[in-house]
Amino acid sequence: MKKAVKRGYIVNTVVLAAVYALCVVLAAALEGNDNFKLTIVPSIWQCCYLIILAASLNLVLGFMGQLSLGHCGFMAIGAYTAALMSLAFQRAGVYDEKSGAVFILIMIACAICAGLLAAVFGVLLGIPALRLKGDYLAIITMGFGLIIVNVINNLPFAGQNGLAEGTAAASLYATGLGFGSTAKVTYLWFAIAVTILCVALMFMYIRSKYGRAVRAIRDDEIAASASGINTGYYKVLTFAFSAFFAGIAGAVYACCNSSLSTSSFSFTNGSILNSTFVVVMVVLGGMGSLTGSVVSAVIMFFLNYQIGNGSWVHSLPGFIQSIFAYPMLVYALVLIVIIMFRPKGIFGTYEFSLLRTPGELVRLLKRHGGGKKAAGGKEAAAQ
Amino acid sequence: MGVFLQTLFVGLRLGSVYALIALGYTMVYGIIRLINFAHGDFIMVGGYTLFFTVPLMVAAGLPAWTAVVIAVIVCALVGIGVELIAYRPVRKKGTNMTALITAIAMSLLLENLAQAIPAIGPNPKIAGTFFSTGGFQIAGVTLDYVTIYTIVISAVVMLLLYVFTQKTKIGRAMRCVSEDKGAAILMGISVNRTVLITFAIGSGLAAVAALMYIAQYPSIYTTLGSLLGLKAFVAAVVGGIGIVPGAMLGGIVIGLVESFSMAYISSSLTDTFVFLILILVLLVKPAGILGKNVGEKV
Repeated sequence: MKKAVKRGYIVNTVVLAAVYALCVVLAAALEGNDNFKLTIVPSIWQCCYLIILAASLNLVLGFMGQLSLGHCGFMAIGAYTAALMSLAFQRAGVYDEKSGAVFILIMIACAICAGLLAAVFGVLLGIPALRLKGDYLAIITMGFGLIIVNVINNLPFAGQNGLAEGTAAASLYATGLGFGSTAKVTYLWFAIAVTILCVALMFMYIRSKYGRAVRAIRDDEIAASASGINTGYYKVLTFAFSAFFAGIAGAVYACCNSSLSTSSFSFTNGSILNSTFVVVMVVLGGMGSLTGSVVSAVIMFFLNYQIGNGSWVHSLPGFIQSIFAYPMLVYALVLIVIIMFRPKGIFGTYEFSLLRTPGELVRLLKRHGGGKKAAGGKEAAAQ
Repeated sequence: MGVFLQTLFVGLRLGSVYALIALGYTMVYGIIRLINFAHGDFIMVGGYTLFFTVPLMVAAGLPAWTAVVIAVIVCALVGIGVELIAYRPVRKKGTNMTALITAIAMSLLLENLAQAIPAIGPNPKIAGTFFSTGGFQIAGVTLDYVTIYTIVISAVVMLLLYVFTQKTKIGRAMRCVSEDKGAAILMGISVNRTVLITFAIGSGLAAVAALMYIAQYPSIYTTLGSLLGLKAFVAAVVGGIGIVPGAMLGGIVIGLVESFSMAYISSSLTDTFVFLILILVLLVKPAGILGKNVGEKV
């Protein structure tokens, strides 16, 4: 291993551990605060799964250049797997209250199984998708997302009360994992740890030789295969890898919701979570920048939250308020404006780096006389 | 036998609606290589236009279905507007991917803009009847007039469109642009104007489809075109996107798959079968049933 690379690993591991410790300490210090418990912690949970989801789509959309419109299908698989598994454990009496080492082990097992099952479906989708590219791939992935939602709706054990009951319905009322507001504070460390781990793994993937091969495929598939890259293998691998993390995002989603409904994972719907919206997040952050995905997931969540709940909205002129009553309208406009004026997104392909960014910032500040300031996501810094 | 015939006619009726919508997708794709995700929402625009203009037409003493003329004009204008405002600027400087994402954004915009208009709002509207109700008996099966009108109208429209693309000057220009844009420019064809006409015709067809769809299912809502558009799009791809007869064939295939799976297998798994057919067809023939697979030159 080269010296600089080694140094990068050490610095980043230390900083990530420090960030994680800081979060946990803050959480412990603020535990009694009602505002923290009821508003901030649920928001952090939501941000966590949005970050993982956006970053995992970026692997396919940004780094491999293949438009996938069914990404929430993988997330639905993950969410239902984790929810049904935990419910089964609960019914079997392995745990009854959400505490203790056994529960933590089950939680981790559920998340990993959710990821693995989603990855299996990623391979299943990836193999037929190999024959297609561009527009056709977009259609087939969209069809896949719709099929997943439709099939889950028709699984007898995915409705109402889960595995025990034989009635198919659109939603699953008890997820087993579903945390209340107190448990969300207790297990905040889990959400943060999972997010940091996932983003770090994805970052390492795209920096490795696999990532270079995948980017070569994006830039020119024929040239890549002519230089000896097995394009089929790398495409399926990346599909599976990305689906794995979408599955884990689903498990985190199952943790922070007490009921699951397939309508949350459809192609379009009124809420923040759907396959179109994930594409919006990736495009906004920059196709090919994990930093961008992390930042834009947080921005979009914040925007969504503020439009829905912010008190400042009421002080705006009437017609803007009436537009804000339809958040998707705002996102559509945001998307069109970005595509027209900055097609590469906020960050383009830039990645935040603990070793390089401070120096670059100083140089930038010198050149512009201290005018501009670049933002960066801490979690995305794995080099 | 009775069930079979009934299912067949339901399938043909659905299929001819899908085929009309699929024509709009396929014409636009053929000419600018863009999946126009907003096309499904043109149906919604057409539906609402019908809802608001039918009372006017009835007041003027005309039959209700004549409102479709206004709907066609409104839809054509919306189609031209979308092309001019969103697609053309992006096409000039962007890649395929950015154009596709713009199309998705336009679809979201149209759906939610409609909802934000006070006269429309989020609640569904119920349209009146367009055609005379009732029907007649064939071999023990009741065929209502709506089904017959739907199949006949769409057959006539498709025939007209086929003649239009084959015989007229503008139709030839369209085929020319979709075959080779550069050569079309050299032959003195105005590509931008041809694209605009294509958008206008495709969107107009969506309005006709809207008439036939809400004659059967009278509830109109802002996401009406979303799933309908997706399925019609699947039809276009199954038939071979960019090919006019392919869209017709694909529409009928998807309509039949939908009605037969609904009648004989499971009514709630219909969408799964529709999209499975898509995946299967694309696996066997990646360019659709009638499409030709063109290899890439290095």
